[in-house]
Amino acid sequence: MNHSAQGGPGGSSPRGQQAAPPTGDAATAAQRGIRLKVTDLEVRLGASGADVVSEVSFAVRSGQVLGLVGESGSGKTTVALALLGHARRGLRITSGQVLLDGVDLLGLSPGDLRAARGARVSYVPQDPSSALNPTLKVGNQLREALLVHAGVIDNPADRVAEVMREVYLDATPEILGRYPHQLSGGQQQRIALAMAFACRPSLIVLDEPTTGLDVSTQRHVLDTVRSLCRSYGVAAVYVSHDLAVVSGLVSDVAVMYAGRIVEIGPTARLFREPVHPYTRGLIGAVPSPERAEVLTGIDGQQPRPGHRGAGCSFAARCGYVIADCTTEAPEPVLIDGRTVRCLRAWDIQATRPERQAVVAGPPSAAEAPTLSVRGVSASYGSTPVLFDVGLDVPPRACVAVVGESGSGKTTLARCVAGLHSNWTGEIAFQGAPLDRGARQRSRDVLQRVQYIFQNPYTSLNPRKTVGQIIAQPLEQFVDLKFRERSARVVQVLEDVSLSRDFLSRYPDQLSGGERQRVAIARALVVQPDLLICDEVTSSLDVSVQAIIVELLRRIQRERQLAMIFITHNLALVRSIAHSAVVLCDGAVAESGPVEQILEHPADPYTIRLMEDVPRLATPSR
Amino acid sequence: MAVAAAPAERAASHDAHPIARLVRRRIAISVVTLFLVSVVVFLATEVLPGNAAYAILGRNANPVRVRALENALHLNRGLLDQYWVWISGLFTGNLGHSLVNGLPVWSYVEPRLINSAVLVLVTGVIGSLAGVVIGAIAAVRKDGWFDHITSVVVLAVTSLPEFVVAIALIILLSTVVWHVLPAVSLLAPGTYAWNQPQLLILPVATLVIVIVPYTVRMMRAAMVEALESDYVEMARLKGVPERRIVLMHALPNAIAPTIQVIGLGFLYLAGGVVVVEYVFNFPGIGQGLVYAVNARDIPVIQFIVLVLAAFYVVMNIITDVIALMATPRRRIVR
Amino acid sequence: MDVNAPAASPAARIPQEKIQRIRRHQWASVLWAVVRTPRGAIGLGLASFVAGVAVIGPFLAPDSPYALVTLAFAKPSGHFLLGGDFLGRDVLSRVLEGGWLLLVMAACATALGIAGGATAGVSAAYLRGRSDGIIMRAVDVILSFPQLVFALLLLSLLGPKLWLITVAVGLSHAPQVARVLRSATLDISERDFVKAAELQGMRPAKVMVKEILPNLVSPLMVEAGLRLTYSIVIMAGLAFLGFGQQPPAANWGTMINENRNGLPLNPWAVIVPAALIALLTIGTNTFTDAFARVAIGVDRRPEEAALLDDLGQEVAE
Repeated sequence: MNHSAQGGPGGSSPRGQQAAPPTGDAATAAQRGIRLKVTDLEVRLGASGADVVSEVSFAVRSGQVLGLVGESGSGKTTVALALLGHARRGLRITSGQVLLDGVDLLGLSPGDLRAARGARVSYVPQDPSSALNPTLKVGNQLREALLVHAGVIDNPADRVAEVMREVYLDATPEILGRYPHQLSGGQQQRIALAMAFACRPSLIVLDEPTTGLDVSTQRHVLDTVRSLCRSYGVAAVYVSHDLAVVSGLVSDVAVMYAGRIVEIGPTARLFREPVHPYTRGLIGAVPSPERAEVLTGIDGQQPRPGHRGAGCSFAARCGYVIADCTTEAPEPVLIDGRTVRCLRAWDIQATRPERQAVVAGPPSAAEAPTLSVRGVSASYGSTPVLFDVGLDVPPRACVAVVGESGSGKTTLARCVAGLHSNWTGEIAFQGAPLDRGARQRSRDVLQRVQYIFQNPYTSLNPRKTVGQIIAQPLEQFVDLKFRERSARVVQVLEDVSLSRDFLSRYPDQLSGGERQRVAIARALVVQPDLLICDEVTSSLDVSVQAIIVELLRRIQRERQLAMIFITHNLALVRSIAHSAVVLCDGAVAESGPVEQILEHPADPYTIRLMEDVPRLATPSR
Repeated sequence: MAVAAAPAERAASHDAHPIARLVRRRIAISVVTLFLVSVVVFLATEVLPGNAAYAILGRNANPVRVRALENALHLNRGLLDQYWVWISGLFTGNLGHSLVNGLPVWSYVEPRLINSAVLVLVTGVIGSLAGVVIGAIAAVRKDGWFDHITSVVVLAVTSLPEFVVAIALIILLSTVVWHVLPAVSLLAPGTYAWNQPQLLILPVATLVIVIVPYTVRMMRAAMVEALESDYVEMARLKGVPERRIVLMHALPNAIAPTIQVIGLGFLYLAGGVVVVEYVFNFPGIGQGLVYAVNARDIPVIQFIVLVLAAFYVVMNIITDVIALMATPRRRIVR
Repeated sequence: MDVNAPAASPAARIPQEKIQRIRRHQWASVLWAVVRTPRGAIGLGLASFVAGVAVIGPFLAPDSPYALVTLAFAKPSGHFLLGGDFLGRDVLSRVLEGGWLLLVMAACATALGIAGGATAGVSAAYLRGRSDGIIMRAVDVILSFPQLVFALLLLSLLGPKLWLITVAVGLSHAPQVARVLRSATLDISERDFVKAAELQGMRPAKVMVKEILPNLVSPLMVEAGLRLTYSIVIMAGLAFLGFGQQPPAANWGTMINENRNGLPLNPWAVIVPAALIALLTIGTNTFTDAFARVAIGVDRRPEEAALLDDLGQEVAE
């Protein structure tokens, strides 16, 4: 890493002259130098003193973006906020240095820190719809960013128009006079970006700013971020849980687990040949639209603050664990161009991670389809959402229904299940037409068509134990004695890899992945013929997602179930489905075998979708 | 790759029509509600097992007097007729006569109505302002000593019946501990309260004490929610000074729910005046209602209860409209 | 596919009793947690103390509550610890006698209001459509009256009969309870686990009882506590105004009114019953407040709240 001149054109005074932003690669080279240097950052819980984040160190140069990657509970958001000297309620920054252009932000007085926030370091939030004040017009909120740092920018009025242009928004009074809820998600995020870049800070911290945006908007936002960083020579830290998104944007990646950075290095190398077992696990869990692969998740859960123990926090879930791992906390070692915190780094580096290909085995198309949808149009109230949709689900096959938010894919699933009854057209199940609503359908049909909901936090009754939840459909549909019923429940728990202790637990004692497995068990216990999975992994972390997808794939193949798999993640489709249907704005854009859709898309919408899908590739330089 | 202010994204309409539409709808619903209320009031007072006149005068009353009362109450007509007479009377200003003193109901009730209105208005204004300020301070200095004391006092006072508060004030300021204020007002019925303003002090003080905790609690909760929200965190991360955050970011968001509670406070007052006026012998409609119920003065009862219900309904509409105006998100259609 | 074939595992026996015991245990532990908070303990203590006085009092009274045994507004003395009331009766005996009926009536009115309001609110929310409209219209009408005024209205012609007071107050509670439970039910019935039950072919009534009701226990108990507090407040107020038990019965609310004029002479005749009512209502309200905090998790320790975001899920402990 270069240790050339500290600080670029910003100087160390918050009111220093800001030169006009140079452009081009020559300028970038001229500004090389470390802008941000974080050393041994530590954040603790207020009362109990347990560490949330510790020994975090990294450096970022001008014009470069560092990706900070981790799953929920890793502490990445805590680190991101600490870069602005901020800690959430109950947390305290206890030690460490955050040197920005030579000034330690953590050592500033409250008044100086406030002056620095927004002017020298700024933050782009994850959810702009809640980060923008609903009672203030966006124009005023943007101007406020300049107002509170009077003197940093010479001509605030012009600057507003200028920065709006830079984020590709028209600086019209019409837009500036709107309230946040009147803007789309993409526009809101652009306003947030404009607020962040308004005072030309030296460091930008972005906290998963593309969550919730659809794929194309996401791509635009990422491109905007990249070009702004480059032209201003700004250093940026990009926090994310989505490896694919990060890989196309950042030059270096830091992987966080249980509050520590376990591996940090250049993006390309880190993704191609990860060393740390956790990084390997994460990358193994990311689906690829190019190849049909078995996704390998990481079983278990990240230890929470206070439960992290003496040795390596990943030891409990690690495939390479040895005795020392549980007693000795690993120090960072420099290996193959990156820094890794693992006792067995050298051993692991020698082996190669393998990804198993999936044997496709397409089912015969000659049999009558289990589910046949013809000309279905549906509405919510008076608003139509589905237009003349048709698809077939052959027996023993998995059909993926892919689309962005608003495409109508969930509505379609609910119509098939009987949860939404305002539709016209024909849906035939095993030859016989289905009634519109679940109330009209027969017991037998209800049993054979099972539905798994997206959100595992609301699909289980919090007042019932796992055992009761899974036994309930059995009680409703099948006439069994108590002992047989219990036996069946235990059996299906085994099928979803949950031990018997789970029977007496309540949902709030389970993690997201465990809850979703209970939901799957509940659907499987009555041995259905058709399983509808409605975005069942969207609320879960990547490593957990992989486990669930693998589980579903295995079950589908073993039990020879017909399955509909609804998702917005095109990459996921490859690992589980035989054929795919792409929905756009309520109509079918394209459908066919999975390989054909992903490798040779015909419809322009599908083509664009495939282009915009972030994938684990080397970043363009 | 420039994406202009995408025409595909929905345009906003800055029209105020949603407010007008809401007001019209609420008024329509309120009319129906008031109609049903009047039916309830009517049924409660006029539908009886047995004869109303006998129930009022006692079983062994003089038949002549019974007949006279029946005529006065129109009891010899059918139920629907009686209702119609009463309702149409309301609109034409003929409210009947008090059974106790024979005065027209309106002239008997009007000065009382005004006195109570003064009481409620003064209390409402003082109480709301005090509540908003105290609640805001408690929220800004959350978990400090002010907040803790306020929280305990609020919890205690909201539990107390109004007459206990009234008695406590009387004991404290009037009879036992100090003797600064009169315990009982000597206003003759029919006079106006502003003629002797010092008689307003204790009733207003009682009602203010009763009302303020509700407003404090709501204001504090709304302010705390605002101060812990994502957008306030974002403002802090932008470097906005704390004072500006409290006044320009948090306060506007806390006002809307608080206004609804202030409205509820006024409504609570409508019930609270009954007891408080009785305790302090204050000549308002609360005291009037108690006397009327004791004497079974039906026309007066009907009118006062109807007034109170109408006050409730109108207050509801006003607070909903004000709260809506303070919430851009609901006001302006996407 | 033979759905009736049992699975292999022979040792899969889960005693039914064990599952039941775990379920009941959940609520007991919540209540115990409430009592351990300072507010909960204080609330329970105050309320129990006054309830004890009210219930056991009649058996401990030294004199008859009706006998004229001393001078009007006599000052407290050795024999008459709280002095005499406006007629010369023993205040202490009257105080000990004057609480139990108030408690009983308040409890009945609360039960009435909760039962009526809960049925109305839950049905309105779950059945939607016409039933919802009708029920909420009725709710709005009754809510247009202040509670005290509503009770007075119903009392105005039949007189202050005790059963009528109880029914009137209970009826005036029902709309508020209905409103709260309706919004709670609306919230719950949108959740996926209710839809999952519907997909299992459950009838609406069964869904309401088995899926929704167990999740309503928290708001229900909070409302019960609030309603009990308000029942006591309103009934004491009615008694104060003269619409309660008729003289010469001993009743805390009536006593306060009766002895008002003698405040300069013997304030205890007013202070003691007023203090008892106050302590009772403060007690019940404080306990309800403590319960609400525990049930809704308001007392969550700050660090847990801070971790919610990072962990993306609820902290279990």
